[in-house]
Amino acid sequence: MAARQRVADHLNAALCAALAADDRLYVLGQDITDPYGGAFKITRGLSTRFPRQVIGTPISEGGTVGLANGLALAGNRAIVEMMFADFVTLAFDQIVNFAAKSVSMYGRRAPMPILVRCPTGGHRGYGPTHSQSLQKHFLGVPDLDVYEISPFHDYGDLLDGALASGVPSVVFEDKVLYTGWRRPPGTADDLFSYHLIGSWPGTAVARIEEAPPDCVLITPGGVAERTLTAMRELFVRYEISCELYVPARLDPMDVEPILPAAARAGQVVVVEDGTSGGTWAADLAHRLHTALWGRLSRPVRVLCAADSVVPSAAHLEREVLVQAESISTAVLEGRS
Amino acid sequence: MLLIRHFEYALLDLFARGELHGTTHTCLGQEAVPVALRALLSPDDFVFSNHRGHGHYLARFDDPAGLLAEILGRVGAVSGGMGGSQHLRRGRYLSTGVQGESLPVAAGAALHVAHREPGRLACVYIGDGTWGEGAVYEALNMAALWRLPVLVVVEHNGIAQSTPTSAAMAGTIAGRAAAFGVAHHYVGTDDVPTIRQSLDEPVGRVRAGAGPLVVEFATQRIGPHSKGDDSRPPEELDRLRATDWYQRYRGPVFQRLDAEQRSRVAEVVRDVTARPPARPGTSSSLVVVEEEQWQRANA
Repeated sequence: MAARQRVADHLNAALCAALAADDRLYVLGQDITDPYGGAFKITRGLSTRFPRQVIGTPISEGGTVGLANGLALAGNRAIVEMMFADFVTLAFDQIVNFAAKSVSMYGRRAPMPILVRCPTGGHRGYGPTHSQSLQKHFLGVPDLDVYEISPFHDYGDLLDGALASGVPSVVFEDKVLYTGWRRPPGTADDLFSYHLIGSWPGTAVARIEEAPPDCVLITPGGVAERTLTAMRELFVRYEISCELYVPARLDPMDVEPILPAAARAGQVVVVEDGTSGGTWAADLAHRLHTALWGRLSRPVRVLCAADSVVPSAAHLEREVLVQAESISTAVLEGRS
Repeated sequence: MLLIRHFEYALLDLFARGELHGTTHTCLGQEAVPVALRALLSPDDFVFSNHRGHGHYLARFDDPAGLLAEILGRVGAVSGGMGGSQHLRRGRYLSTGVQGESLPVAAGAALHVAHREPGRLACVYIGDGTWGEGAVYEALNMAALWRLPVLVVVEHNGIAQSTPTSAAMAGTIAGRAAAFGVAHHYVGTDDVPTIRQSLDEPVGRVRAGAGPLVVEFATQRIGPHSKGDDSRPPEELDRLRATDWYQRYRGPVFQRLDAEQRSRVAEVVRDVTARPPARPGTSSSLVVVEEEQWQRANA
């Protein structure tokens, strides 16, 4: 593996390897074929190399996920690219009512190996219909897994495991990560190391080895970069040591590996980029409260985007979405 | 057709006696459609059925006990009691309860067939009301673009639950198919041999790679939408029932066949109602064995 690899190149290489390994795997989506190679270039080169398996579709998100469902029923596997996560609402029926229900509603487990990729999140100035984080709308659906990529997790491993599970899945990919670097194994940056814990697909734990954590931060992959920035500032300026937990699977989520550290630290902040209300973070906070009641020194804090559409203008967008500063502020406020 | 007719009568009777949980949609009046298609479809073709699918299932599998067990939630149910009337899966047959949802799925199955099993097709049953769903058009577009072997069977009974087609559809089904360059075939009869003869060649073209085909059957629903919720005026129902195929047949042969199926269904009702409740995982062993064979063949 290259010493430094952009996340987009890592995703592209993982898709390429998966297609090469299984000629019954399809990749479907709008504008994904060459020479364009997808709006974020994640599928660049794939249609040239695998012309039968990589199919450019009309602007028909629901129809395309339906196509994937039909392929899965017939013994194939399929990955669907949403051009933007916002458009996955157009495929909600096929994901929730067809893919997920087909796993169990016929009275016996039936594999539905489909995976819907969703380039998610803001910070790019794309405005209200191209910047949302819609993860919360897919939580708690029986037989539907929700993943989010991070710079710490291997994408090929995620694809293989998710498809092999036979449970349909939605994978959120923060667009800001695409052009950023993968974190090489073991090293988050010059200050923080990281390692994976828990059962597959694992939760990344980034920390300063020598410093017992004062605070545990739990975030999905897109927010993890901003959280690391906040953790650096908290340590350098305030000597507050934080430990970061980044689960690759948001739902169903295994909280067990986080509990000992959360109990020890006493202070826990859950951060996400979705709008407040009915969120992944709120649900997780409730689970932590329930599991650790009596052992936490303060309430679990939840930090979400504002209850607002995502504005286009940069200064307005900043006010709505979670920033590194808002994370460090939340930690500081939580200590007072 | 007589098996389906008596099966549906038995369901309405069970409803009236309060022995049926939830809801169910009978296909009284529409029996000829799946029966005619039975001879035109192979077990290796995919079939996607809908909320009004008892006839589709019985015509394909001749398994009234498995279906009734599913609807009543008893041991031996096709889907272990999880699916009920609208959610059955057996081999390459699948029904689901959301309008239009299965058209893109059928296109996906047809894409598989086009790549790996040329000569087979994906058949999907829909009603006239389903043409209000966008999924229909997304699927038709893709199926036509890629010449996928999709056979769209439209059971046009003139009414969607309580809404007449005239209040829900602008233009025609033929016009909508034409807009996508999709072949359309109209069937105005419920005479099974005539239907089979007229469809033999067009269905063959679908198998040969000519692209999708929409077959529009003029049919009629002489029963309620579900249970007893028919809001049509009695004189209209009388008119429909007067032209129902079941009324047209007379004579000793018909009487004998009719009595045979009536007593067959009565026996199935006796058998299934005496069974214990189904638990998930207690799917009909027949279905499980078939599925294992099918999965091995497709591994």
